[in-house]
Amino acid sequence: MAENQRKIDRRKFVGDGLRIVGAVGIAGATGFWAGRRAEDDDNLWQIDPHQCVACGNCATHCVLDKSAVVCKHAYAMCGYCNLCTGYFEPDANELTTGAENQLCPTGAIRRTFIEDPYYEYAIDEPLCIGCGKCVKGCTAFGNGSLYLQIDQDRCMHCNECAIAIACPSEAIKRVPAGKPYLPKDQNGGPA
Amino acid sequence: MKACGRWLFVAWVVAMLAGTAYGVERFPPPEFTNHQLPATQFAPPRAAAMQYVDVALLAGALGLASYLALVRRSRRGLFFLAVASLAWFGFVRHGCVCPIGAIQNVTLALFDPTYAIGLPVIAFFVLPLLFTLFFGRTFCAAVCPLGALQEMVALHPVSVPQWLAHALGLLRYVYLGLGVALAATGTAFVICRYDPLVGFFRLGGSASMLIVGGCLLLFGVFVGRPYCRFLCPYGAVLGWLSKVSKWHVRITPDECIHCRLCEDVCPYGAIEAPTEGLQPEAMPSARRRLVFFALFLPILVAGGALLGRELAVPLSMLDPTVELAERIWAEDHGLVEGTTDASDAYRNTQRPIDELIRAAVLQRDKLAWAGGAFGAWVGLVIGVKLIWLSRSRKQVDYAPDTANCVSCGRCFWYCPQEHIRQGWIGAEEKDAGRTVTLR
Ligand code: SF4
Ligand code: SF4
Ligand code: SF4
Repeated sequence: MAENQRKIDRRKFVGDGLRIVGAVGIAGATGFWAGRRAEDDDNLWQIDPHQCVACGNCATHCVLDKSAVVCKHAYAMCGYCNLCTGYFEPDANELTTGAENQLCPTGAIRRTFIEDPYYEYAIDEPLCIGCGKCVKGCTAFGNGSLYLQIDQDRCMHCNECAIAIACPSEAIKRVPAGKPYLPKDQNGGPA
Repeated sequence: MKACGRWLFVAWVVAMLAGTAYGVERFPPPEFTNHQLPATQFAPPRAAAMQYVDVALLAGALGLASYLALVRRSRRGLFFLAVASLAWFGFVRHGCVCPIGAIQNVTLALFDPTYAIGLPVIAFFVLPLLFTLFFGRTFCAAVCPLGALQEMVALHPVSVPQWLAHALGLLRYVYLGLGVALAATGTAFVICRYDPLVGFFRLGGSASMLIVGGCLLLFGVFVGRPYCRFLCPYGAVLGWLSKVSKWHVRITPDECIHCRLCEDVCPYGAIEAPTEGLQPEAMPSARRRLVFFALFLPILVAGGALLGRELAVPLSMLDPTVELAERIWAEDHGLVEGTTDASDAYRNTQRPIDELIRAAVLQRDKLAWAGGAFGAWVGLVIGVKLIWLSRSRKQVDYAPDTANCVSCGRCFWYCPQEHIRQGWIGAEEKDAGRTVTLR
């Protein structure tokens, strides 16, 4: 009986010891990680537009059917060109809004006449699929005012962004949640 | 009719004149007098605050699961909670962030001081561990969406032979080691990349992973919870903690009548049969075996470490820097034709190739260390498993193996003693049942 009791006591002692070690370990590790945190709470994925080469992977590699990546326009950088190299096909027949003249496969860019000879280009985001065709045209021959960003409203915040794996230029980075966008013409994100 | 001709050429000339660097202002922005430039719209991050709701829900679900498993002993309750968790953490929140993947986030935070880890991620990683330390794997029972989905498809489980289950179970540790090694070196988050079920939660994703996930679920009809038992790295950690948990589900709080119904019904092979332990005459040989395995352990660890270092090359195939450096090197030495998007992109940055090569060599060195540690880990796991299997175990009743039991509660339902306790049947019927099953 006494022998048995001793056995049970020993079991309990070892069990309690291990539990305490486990609990202290977990608590200590939590403290360590919490201490390692930067000011901003969390990380989100975002495209560094200065590194992006508009390869087109953004449209196809996002886990969402319609990629979370959309085109943004930095109006202040735009030349308001009549002959927009982000808007028109290289061998467009005429500079009109006809679909066959447009680079954008979904016609997501709206072209509005402002004053001679200037036109304004705006992205219709629900239509944009993030293929970056316009970005490529604008960056290669224009001012580079069109650029891609991950729409944080629709992004799933995957633990490992599927596009980041496929991005050839390592343009997709973790950014602090407090600064969710990397705009070309200003700092910070939504005011 | 090419009215405007190949304007591309014109634009090219203009671009040349303006200088070729990217982002150059080739066409000065106009100064409008009566046109206001629109402001670019940025949608604020969805779900940032939501994460704290998730943490609260996780804690609530863990508490409820522990209560249902240990106090109410309700299989039905656990099942409904699992459905709810699957719906919320799986389909609504798309299975991200989850404690399984969080292993990599905390590892990266440990090794890379510049990587900031969010409080919700820490909470997701730690809460299930703490609950398991006290209540067993109630997280797996009814909170984890991966577990819940597999729980639901486990319709015709067959029993896996013990030796096979033990061997396959080792894969969890291998996967854990691999995930940690690759996260620590900042190479990849493989546990997320090859998550077989997250595609279903998102109702999308890469076709190959969806196929793998589909096969896994199909397989899961016959082999209960294949991911949990043979792959889940978090489950491996939970298993250790569950082993020393303060409380754990019991098949019946009353006397076990050795009817073996629970053993039949557990789809996960997690119920241990009573055993006498080793007979005295078998003791010496068992002791010799134990000593042999104990001496063998350091050899396994050292051998694993040596072999693991060789993994640096295959592991670095997952690393974008090394991959790119190799590609560019091969291009420069005429080993491959043409260029890729990635090599073009790098060359466009005008950064020296040497810089890239140096970074790649550094990364490969890191991976050699990580590979060595991984190999040593695998050796250790195998060695410890051998020792563990050859220890003498004494047990009087049927009881869950606390490391592998996911507290799903099926055994309660089938235990005749439980039926009596709950007042579902009378004692005489039980005796009838007993004679039949013990026949
Ligand atoms: S994958 Fe990278 S380079 Fe390609 S479009 Fe997206 S961000 Fe740009
Ligand atoms: S984090 Fe996920 S949802 Fe967001 S852009 Fe990347 S792949 Fe798409
Ligand atoms: S073993 Fe892993 S996948 Fe299975 S329920 Fe537990 S944590 Fe989830």
